[in-house]
Amino acid sequence: MFAYTTRRLLMLIPVLIGMTLITFSIVHLIPGNPAQVILGETATATAIEDLEESMGLNEPYFVQYSIYITDLLQGDLGTSLRSKTAISTEIWPYVAATFELTIFAMLFAVIVGVNAGIISAWKQNSWFDFLAMLFALIGVSMPVFWLALMEQWVFAQQLDWFPSSGRQNNRDPMQPITHFYVLDSLIHLDFARTITNLKHLVLPSIALGTIPMAIIARMTRSSMLEVMKSDYIRTVRAKGSGQFLVIYKHALKNALIPVLTVIGLQTGVLLGGAILTETIFSWPGIGRYVYEAINYRDYPVIQSGILVIAFIFVMINLIVDLLYKYIDPRIKY
Amino acid sequence: MSEEILNINELHTHFFTDNGEIPAVDGVSISVNKGEVVGIVGESGCGKSVTSLSIMQLVPSPPGKIVSGSIEFKGENLVRSSKKRMKQIRGNEISMIFQEPMTSLDPLFTIGNQLREAIRLHQNVSKKEAIRKSIEMLKLVGIPRAEEVIDEYPHQLSGGMRQRVMIAIAMACDPEILIADEPTTALDVTIQAQILDLMKRLNEEKETAIVLITHDLGVVAEICDRVVVMYAGQVVEEGTTREILKDPQHPYSKGLIRSLPKIHERDQKLYSIPGTVPKPKMGMVGCRFKDRCEFAYDRCFEENPALYSIEGNRRSRCFLSDDPEKVVTENAEANIGS
Repeated sequence: MFAYTTRRLLMLIPVLIGMTLITFSIVHLIPGNPAQVILGETATATAIEDLEESMGLNEPYFVQYSIYITDLLQGDLGTSLRSKTAISTEIWPYVAATFELTIFAMLFAVIVGVNAGIISAWKQNSWFDFLAMLFALIGVSMPVFWLALMEQWVFAQQLDWFPSSGRQNNRDPMQPITHFYVLDSLIHLDFARTITNLKHLVLPSIALGTIPMAIIARMTRSSMLEVMKSDYIRTVRAKGSGQFLVIYKHALKNALIPVLTVIGLQTGVLLGGAILTETIFSWPGIGRYVYEAINYRDYPVIQSGILVIAFIFVMINLIVDLLYKYIDPRIKY
Repeated sequence: MSEEILNINELHTHFFTDNGEIPAVDGVSISVNKGEVVGIVGESGCGKSVTSLSIMQLVPSPPGKIVSGSIEFKGENLVRSSKKRMKQIRGNEISMIFQEPMTSLDPLFTIGNQLREAIRLHQNVSKKEAIRKSIEMLKLVGIPRAEEVIDEYPHQLSGGMRQRVMIAIAMACDPEILIADEPTTALDVTIQAQILDLMKRLNEEKETAIVLITHDLGVVAEICDRVVVMYAGQVVEEGTTREILKDPQHPYSKGLIRSLPKIHERDQKLYSIPGTVPKPKMGMVGCRFKDRCEFAYDRCFEENPALYSIEGNRRSRCFLSDDPEKVVTENAEANIGS
């Protein structure tokens, strides 16, 4: 396990370097000159030259890149053009907001998806199986924005069960500590607020988690059906074990390996693809942050936002790979 | 003879597929006595494995279903037993090992975990006691470094070792019957002999009856007391190992024995029975072996042969052995709905 982990961590290095190379190039792929873009079309030639000088843009690329990397390693993501503050301090609340939403969306997707998949496989061709797979099909095909709007209309507008937007009651904001609001409210021992914060999470989590839930359910079902036919499952039955042990111990663990891949990939997709949901539910997450930066042509923020999302994606894949090894002793790198 | 513990009577296990109903096991009757080793022999696709899975009530369903007949284990009809009762019987009173040791163990759990599971499903013992028993079982089946092997995973063991582990699991609760479905087919020859020796030894020490399913007459000669030859879902011949090997009555058994390589006739071309096993289907008329049989005559194409008793417990499903006085069972074909 230790050797595997070490090898897997070493493999991260080229990936991370590749990532920074790409985000670094973004600025240089902008048509025209970055200094020109920052200062706008009406800037004078001397102003542009001065800015290039101060930003180090007249240095060779590899010098610029090494400065960029050195800054990154020190936790310096640059300065936002719009707010003029350091991105590294500004970005965290957005990252935390997205993380919180993603965690709840994935909890919903995994708990519902895996169990629906198991029961569908267990009772193959039953009415439950039929209904669950029909819902899964609708789930994967439904546009997220439409689902989100429908949720708001039904559960916020008509029934008034859940708030339609935001992370908390904005008339009564709390003092954030970690910026994970549910966690913060627990730290404050303010449980009424915890309930409110959880209520804010329900609709966006379902909107965001529906597609992964449907994919996970279908994957779990087919993987379970495959495993249930295997020789070792027959052995377990021949030992005299009941259906529950067969399914939840042996079949599930074996079926989980491909499902885990899907869970990992989907988590990454959610992190990067939460923009729609975050916009509709006014959720101040990283997707919204980058989206607004794009509107303002705030290149350092776009660059950093992409870097952070990519970094999280890579980390999730690392976790998935480590879980593989934990589940399947045969895996070698 | 000694006490009978398993009596399969007129078992019909059919598969209901898109291409119609397939009688994979079509009226099989076999009995097994306490401590006896019975071989079930036949080519691939003749219903041996389905017969054994029927005993365990593990026929994949759907599409498989036991349509009629009974399987009596010490007087209890397993076909009618509840699921709960079958769970108590499986792995405890009747256990089973399979052909593919490479895939028959769960790759994600340690050997110890899988052995312990078998023990704790049927015996109310502590985890510690189960571990101790597991190590003891591994030693019994001849696994060196048993204390270490319990913490290893199946992929760390060789095929022969895994089959030993399977036997250890099967024997963990001292079953009365061990069903071995081609236990040595996937192993190389020297390991085969070791596994057979082990099974023979357990049979003698623990008085476990063994139902050995195989297509290998060499294996049969090695350890079986009695042999049942199956063809296309039916029993075609039955007798002691000696009788069947020395003096086969049914043309199919004769063919099987002729097709064994003989050491002093090495220049000759190896004999093989022409043709293949017909796919069983409903309402077949005539002897099932007729198309491959060198003795086939008119009657074989018109009537279904019954299982004729020859002498003692010898039986053969061939008109050559026909003696109206000695019909054991009429062929049940006519009684079964199509």
